[in-house]
Amino acid sequence: MTTTSKVPLREGMEGFVSDWASDQRAFKGVPWGKAMMWIFLLSDTFIFSIFLISYMTARWSTVEPWPNTSEVFALTVNGVSVPLLLIAIMTFILITSSGTMAMAVRSGYQKKRKQAAILLYLTAILGLSFVGMQAFEWTKLIEEGIRPWENPFGARQFGSIFFMVTGFHGFHVSVGVIFLFITARKVLRGDYDTGRRGFFTWQKGRYEIIETMGLYWHFVDLVWVFIFAFFYLW
Amino acid sequence: MSESIIPESELEEVELYHAKSWWTEKVFSQDAKLIAIQYGLTAFAIGFVALVLSWFMRIQIAFPEMAIISEGTYYQFITMHGMIMVVYLLTALFLGAFGNYLIPLMVGARDMVFPYLNMVSYWTYLVAVLVLFVSFFTPGGPTGAGWTLYPPQAILGGTPGQETGIVLMLVSLCIFIVGFTMGGLNYVITVLQARTRGMTLMRMPLTVWGIFTATVLALFAFPALFVSAVMMLFDKLLMTSFFMPALVEFGENLSYGGGSPILFQHLFWFFGHPEVYIVALPAFGIVSDLISIHARKNIFGFRMMVWAIVGIGALSFIVWAHHMYVSGMNPYFGFFFATTTLIIAVPTALKVYNWILTLWKGNIHLTIPMLFCLGFIVTFLNGGLTGLFLGNVIVDVPLSDTYFVVAHFHMVMGIAPVLVILGAIYHWYPLITGKMLHDGMGRFHFWITFIGSYLIYFPMHYLGFIGVPRRYYEMGQTEALYTSSAADLNVFITVAALAVGFAQLVFIFNVFWSVKNGEVAEKNPWKSTSLEWQTPEQPPIHGNFGKELPVVYRWAYDYSVPGAEDDFIPQDVPNEKVKLAEGYTELGVEKT
Repeated sequence: MTTTSKVPLREGMEGFVSDWASDQRAFKGVPWGKAMMWIFLLSDTFIFSIFLISYMTARWSTVEPWPNTSEVFALTVNGVSVPLLLIAIMTFILITSSGTMAMAVRSGYQKKRKQAAILLYLTAILGLSFVGMQAFEWTKLIEEGIRPWENPFGARQFGSIFFMVTGFHGFHVSVGVIFLFITARKVLRGDYDTGRRGFFTWQKGRYEIIETMGLYWHFVDLVWVFIFAFFYLW
Repeated sequence: MSESIIPESELEEVELYHAKSWWTEKVFSQDAKLIAIQYGLTAFAIGFVALVLSWFMRIQIAFPEMAIISEGTYYQFITMHGMIMVVYLLTALFLGAFGNYLIPLMVGARDMVFPYLNMVSYWTYLVAVLVLFVSFFTPGGPTGAGWTLYPPQAILGGTPGQETGIVLMLVSLCIFIVGFTMGGLNYVITVLQARTRGMTLMRMPLTVWGIFTATVLALFAFPALFVSAVMMLFDKLLMTSFFMPALVEFGENLSYGGGSPILFQHLFWFFGHPEVYIVALPAFGIVSDLISIHARKNIFGFRMMVWAIVGIGALSFIVWAHHMYVSGMNPYFGFFFATTTLIIAVPTALKVYNWILTLWKGNIHLTIPMLFCLGFIVTFLNGGLTGLFLGNVIVDVPLSDTYFVVAHFHMVMGIAPVLVILGAIYHWYPLITGKMLHDGMGRFHFWITFIGSYLIYFPMHYLGFIGVPRRYYEMGQTEALYTSSAADLNVFITVAALAVGFAQLVFIFNVFWSVKNGEVAEKNPWKSTSLEWQTPEQPPIHGNFGKELPVVYRWAYDYSVPGAEDDFIPQDVPNEKVKLAEGYTELGVEKT
């Protein structure tokens, strides 16, 4: 598969425009799945941005005081209350999983089947532990009496928006974990070497799929960084 | 016109999915053309429901003493009519039906890039339609919150359908958006990454440009609706207070507090205004092609038409709050949004001028598609001009919530796009079925629809000027407020509306009757240049083009080229193969 057009490009801006508008493909060398993932993530960016904007609006419009986040999210270890301890670990795990994901993409392109599969499984397990810790955090908050409709520590919007946004993000992570496990299984089985067809789509998979999967995973991580900043540090 | 270098194929062809059973071939089909027809029929079915609702409303307004529907039912009908028409009919029809059918054919692809996802998109849409439809039969009926679903009233007692109707509406919208996203990604990537050799972006027909840009808008605008629907669902079901301030209902304090109703309006219109252009841009694109084909002349200012579509699309994201001048937001916002709104008039006017200049000295064939296009231009111009009134804060405030607004948006995003849809169906029906629609019934349909819609909506402008408010199920004892002409006009409008409704029944009959009894269409009956008519079979079969994908040598508007024998040169014909007219040595060069 050739990745570039054989027509020589014109100089400067004109070349840029004519390249993008040239025949067959606007993004040369970009597979369909990867292009689709980029557009989907742009659309998803709008969803999360609007969630965060709504969060800021709710925080301004509510008349009750916002709870002190470093107290609400604190974890008591050996009788010492450590603010943001759990979140720090969660964030560390998720960022680490981004690293293993990136390594899996590289192994995939090098056609190192086993190595790619192991890294994908590792990423999935890190993602799973993130979701697990989130469940733990939710349980703790719910036990303390925080609900979507009420909050003993201040503004009720805190509970509603926190559960909604972290829930939506957690849902993204969970979907990602499921697909990571599926992709890892396929890689390990050698589907992308033998050209085995997908059960639903009847299409032959390629190692590029790992990169597409990686785009989604990095995006979910990036969103978490924003959620972390807006919910836990503000 | 045609560049000499045609690049080699950059990609090996992707294997097509071939159905293995009757079910996967005819029902759960992955062929974009069948999915398009499924989308179209579903959209028309639910759209017909919305049409019938409007008849009930019109009869109620004209003859309140008949009390054909109660006030609650009136609100429910108005809500369902609006939401169905805007989202479930127009969006689904333009993008789901026309997009699926035309994009792969027009850009020279065998199918959408992800056929399986495309199929799931349709079935998700069907679920959304069914969930919406079911709300008619739930206790309390469908929601009566108005199609804008403004909280707090949408979910409070007293609003019809606040028991289950509003929940089903919001759930249905969420499902629709999920389904649309799957289809929309397909349309965008097919246009960007799966064009045939020689099909540069600037050689794509404007139809594809319109649908493509509208899909991009939809992918970025629907998230706002999705998020607000989710939040309102939580407000309703979990008693959160995203949009709900502290409220007293029947002397009781509700448990809500601290939310912002204005936030919902901002989110809704951040979706709602691009939505207008999601409906309008495909119409712009299709009408440009139809005018060019039926006037046998190249489109005037093709590049500017493309940039106008893109420009309108971009601007449509920064004008949303002109729907909210009376919401109590900061007045400086109004200043900003009035300015951006009026700026949009520039690319829009450019398009209207270009359509007229395309017609200028063209060889105009008054075929039915052309009639609908001409109808569209005047209707859109009318609706657009009243938009200038409503876009200015000072004029909008007194006209807000009157029939003037109703007239404006029905003209500009109701009648105008529908005229294009109808024209497009007359135009592409021979391609889809291989038969022509009956001409006599078609002409009857056009004239009644076109003149009828003017009889409906022109008087409404006047009603708006004298201050008749919209969404009232009867005017009551209002002689003191309005002249009695208001009541008389309402009767007149209703009669016209029922006549237009009848004409649509004729159209529906025509569509089904002609499948069997229509005249067999000759190949490429309109002598069009674009690729969808150049397929080996008509109607095109699975895979669209025969063994070899077509190679594109020119833009889609080579009509009446000097020197060519025929008055059109299809996109896949190279210069050397064009039959020359007598007295010409090559295209555009006369013998000396």
